[in-house]
Amino acid sequence: MLANIGLAALTVSFLLGIYATAVSAYGGWRGDARGLALAESARNATLLVVPFLTISVLVVTYALYSLDFRLAYVAGVSSRAMSPFLRLTALWGGQAGSLLFWSWLMAGFVATVLWRKWEADHELMPYFIAVAMLTTTFFIGLVVFITNPFAQLWHLTGSGEIVEAVFRPAGAIAFVPPDGNGLNPLLRHFGMIGHPPTTYLGFTGFVIPFAFAISALLTGKSREDQWIRTSRRWTLVAWIFLSIGLVLGGRWAYDVLGWGGFWGWDPVENAMLMPWLTGTAFLHSVMITEKRGMLKVWSVILIILTYALALFGTFITRTGVISSVHAFGKTALGPVFFVFIAVTFFGSIWLLLKRLDTLKTEHELESFLSREAAFLFQNLLFLAITFVVFLGTVFPLLSEAVTGTKITVGPPYFQKATGPLFGALVLMMATAPLFAWRKQSAGRLGRAIFTPFIGSILIAGVWGYTHRMHPGSYFALWVASFVVIAILFEFYKGIRARMKRGENPLVALARLVGRNHRRYGGYVIHLGVMMIGLAFIGDIYFQDETQRALARGESMTLGEYELRFDDLEMYPGSDGREVLEATTSLFRDGEFVANLNPRRDFFVVQQQPMTIPDVYTTAAEDIYVLLVGWEEVGLTSSTFKIYRNPLILWAWVGGLVLILGTGIAVWPEARRKKQTSYVLKPTTRAATAARPATGD
Amino acid sequence: MAEMTKRPWFLPLLLLLTALAFVPAVRAQDRVIGDDEVNAVAKNLYCPVCPNTPLDVCETQACQDWRAEIRIQLSSGWTEEEVMAYFVERYGERVLAEPERGGFTSLVWILPVVALVVGLAIVIQALRSWRARKQQAVAGDVAALAADAGTVSPEARARIERELQDLL
Repeated sequence: MLANIGLAALTVSFLLGIYATAVSAYGGWRGDARGLALAESARNATLLVVPFLTISVLVVTYALYSLDFRLAYVAGVSSRAMSPFLRLTALWGGQAGSLLFWSWLMAGFVATVLWRKWEADHELMPYFIAVAMLTTTFFIGLVVFITNPFAQLWHLTGSGEIVEAVFRPAGAIAFVPPDGNGLNPLLRHFGMIGHPPTTYLGFTGFVIPFAFAISALLTGKSREDQWIRTSRRWTLVAWIFLSIGLVLGGRWAYDVLGWGGFWGWDPVENAMLMPWLTGTAFLHSVMITEKRGMLKVWSVILIILTYALALFGTFITRTGVISSVHAFGKTALGPVFFVFIAVTFFGSIWLLLKRLDTLKTEHELESFLSREAAFLFQNLLFLAITFVVFLGTVFPLLSEAVTGTKITVGPPYFQKATGPLFGALVLMMATAPLFAWRKQSAGRLGRAIFTPFIGSILIAGVWGYTHRMHPGSYFALWVASFVVIAILFEFYKGIRARMKRGENPLVALARLVGRNHRRYGGYVIHLGVMMIGLAFIGDIYFQDETQRALARGESMTLGEYELRFDDLEMYPGSDGREVLEATTSLFRDGEFVANLNPRRDFFVVQQQPMTIPDVYTTAAEDIYVLLVGWEEVGLTSSTFKIYRNPLILWAWVGGLVLILGTGIAVWPEARRKKQTSYVLKPTTRAATAARPATGD
Repeated sequence: MAEMTKRPWFLPLLLLLTALAFVPAVRAQDRVIGDDEVNAVAKNLYCPVCPNTPLDVCETQACQDWRAEIRIQLSSGWTEEEVMAYFVERYGERVLAEPERGGFTSLVWILPVVALVVGLAIVIQALRSWRARKQQAVAGDVAALAADAGTVSPEARARIERELQDLL
C-alpha cells in the first residue's frame, strides 16, 4: 500500500534528521579534522532528508487526489465533490498535512543553504546543521508522533467506535468512509494556492539566519562579520515570502470573509505580523552592524526574537490556544510545542549572554543626529508595535487565566494602540534615509528635508481644507506624502546629478539604481509599504457602508453610487454548495458602471454559509457589495450591504512594488572587482585595543 | 392523543405578555430603525459564540437574532450605551470589541505606554553612554591626526576625487 511507503519515508527522514543533528553537534564539539568529516556526513544525511520527505509529501498529495479515505487525514479534508485543484491544496488544509508540508519546506531551506560552497565560514557548518536540523527534526517528530497524516481509520469491533491510529489496534478492522468531510469552505478558494505556501516559506525561512547566529555564537565566529552578511541575505528571502504571504492573506480575507476589509487584527493575522515586524527591524539594524560594526548584540537578539515569534505564530495557529486556554491541552501538540519554543528562546538568550564578549561594538556613536541613532529609535518603534500586538493577542488568555473573565481585544484596540507608533515609524521612514552615517549637520539635514516637508504640508493642507470631517486623516496623509515625496526627491537628486554628466534620464535612473541597488531597492520597498499604508488610511478613516432590503427593481444609494436589485436565483454549484446569486446594476451619478453579482454559497455537508462579495474597483475606491439576506419565499427581495473602501487597490499594488523593491535590493552585486582605497568601516585604534588578541 | 396536543387558547397570549414584560423599557417613541443604525451598534460588539467575529458581519442564526434584538431595543428608544451594557451584562465582557479601561483589563492599555517609556529611556541612556565613550576616544585620536595632516599626496587626492565621482 502506498501509504506505507509514505510512512516509511517519513520515518527514515526522522531518523536521518536525528543522525544529522547528533553527528554534526558532536563534530562541531570535536572541532578537528575528524569532526569536519562527521559534519560532512551530517550534511549528506540532511541532503537525503529532502528526497525522503518529498516521497511522503507526494504520497499524501496522491492520497488526497485519489480520495484514499482509509487515511484519516484524507477523510478529514478531501471529498468527492472537491475539484482536483482543491484536493491538491488540501495538503496544507489541515493540521497533519500542513505540519508535514512545513517540515518539507524547512528541510528544503536547510538543504539549499548546505548546497552552497562553505569556504569562508566552513567552521560554522557543523553547528549550523545541528541547530537547523534540530528544529527540522522536531517538526518531523511532531508529524510522526502527534499528527501523523498516515494514520488510518479503524473500526473497533468490541465497542463499535471509529478510531485513528497508524497501526491496527487489537481486534480492529479497517474503516473506509464513503466520502470525506472536505476542506473547510473558507479554504475553498484560489488563494489557497498562494497564501499558505508563501507564509510557510516565510516562517520556515527564518530558521536559516537563526541557525547562522547560533552557530556563530557557539564557535566564537560571532567576532567576525561574514555570518551576519549571510544572515541578512537569508532573512531577506524569508522576509519577502512572509510579506507576500501577508498581502495574499489580506486579499483572501477581502475576497472570502465578507466583512469589507483586508486586515482584522485576528490572532492568526497578528501571528504573522509579529515576526514580520521584528524581521524588518533586523533588516535595518543589520545595516548598522555591517557598515559600522555596532549594535551586534541587538542584531542577534532580533534574529532570536524573530525566529521565536515565527515559532510562536505557528504554535498559536496550529493549536488554537488563543481562542481559548482549553484548546491548549486538547492534543499533545500544545504542551510539546510550548516547551520547544521556551527552550529555543531561553537557550538562545543564555548562549548570547555567555558570548557577549564576542560581540563588542567596534565604534562608538558620534552624534544623536546620525543614521545610527535614527535606526535605534526606529528599532524601538518596531519593537513597541510588536509588543502591543503581542499583548493584545495574548491578553484574552491572560485575562482568562488571571481573573477568569473572557474578554475580547478587537480592532479598535489595535488601531488606537499601534496607530501613533505607526505614524512615528512612517515619519522615521521619511527622514532616517536622509541622515548620514556617523554625523549629520543640522543645516544639511534641514535642506534635505525642506522640499518634502513643505510639499507634504501643502498636500495635507489642501486635503484637510476640502475634507474636514476626519482630523486624524490629515496627519496620516501628511506623513504618507512626506515619505513619498522624500523618496521621489532622492531619486530626482540622484538622476539630476548623473544627467549633469550627460546621461539621458532613463540611463541615469538605471545606473543610479544599479550602482547602489540596496539603497534604491530599499526606497522602492518603502514606496510599496506606503501604498499599503494608504489602503490602511482609507480603511480606517474613510470606509463607508450602508445596508438595506430591496424588492426587485428597487435601488439603494451610497454617496454618488446607486445599486439596483435586478434578480436573484438559486442553483446548485460545484464542490457541494447551493448558490444563491443576485444580479445587481451599479450606477455612478446616474451612469451605469457595472453589473455586480454578490453570492451566498451554502455548503450543505458542513452546514456553513459563505458570503462572496462582488467588487467594482477603481484606483480611488472599491465598491464592495454583499448579499446579506433574502426573502426565502419566491426570492422577491434581498438585503444588500455596500461598502465604499477607498484606496484598497493600493494595498495590492503596494505588495507588487514591495516584491519589485526586494528584487532590486537582493540583485547580486556586479562581479567587477571594486578597487577602492576607502573603507566604510575603518578600524580605529580604540576598537583594535578593545579586541582580545586570541580567539575563543 | 388528540387531547394531549390541544393547547389552551390563551397560551400564545400569555407568552406574548411574558415577552413584553422582559422588554425593560418600552418607551413611547417607537420608530423604524434602519439596518445601518443596527450595524453601527453591532460593529462595537463581538459575536458571543463565534471566535473573533464582529456582530455586524457575523453570519450565524444566533447573531441574526441578536441583531434583531438590537433593532427592537433601538426602536424602543434605547441608547447605544444601554444596548452595550445589556449585552455585557448578559454575555460578559468578551462581547466588547474594545476592552474596558478598568480593573485588570486596564493593563492592556497601560503596559504599552510603560514599555515605550522604558524603551525610550534605555535607548537614550545607551546613546548617551556611547557618545561619552566616543568623546574620550576622540581626544586621543585628535593629536595623532594632527601629526598626519598634510601628508596626503597629490596622487591620493586625485584618486579620492575619482572614486567620489564613481560613488554617484
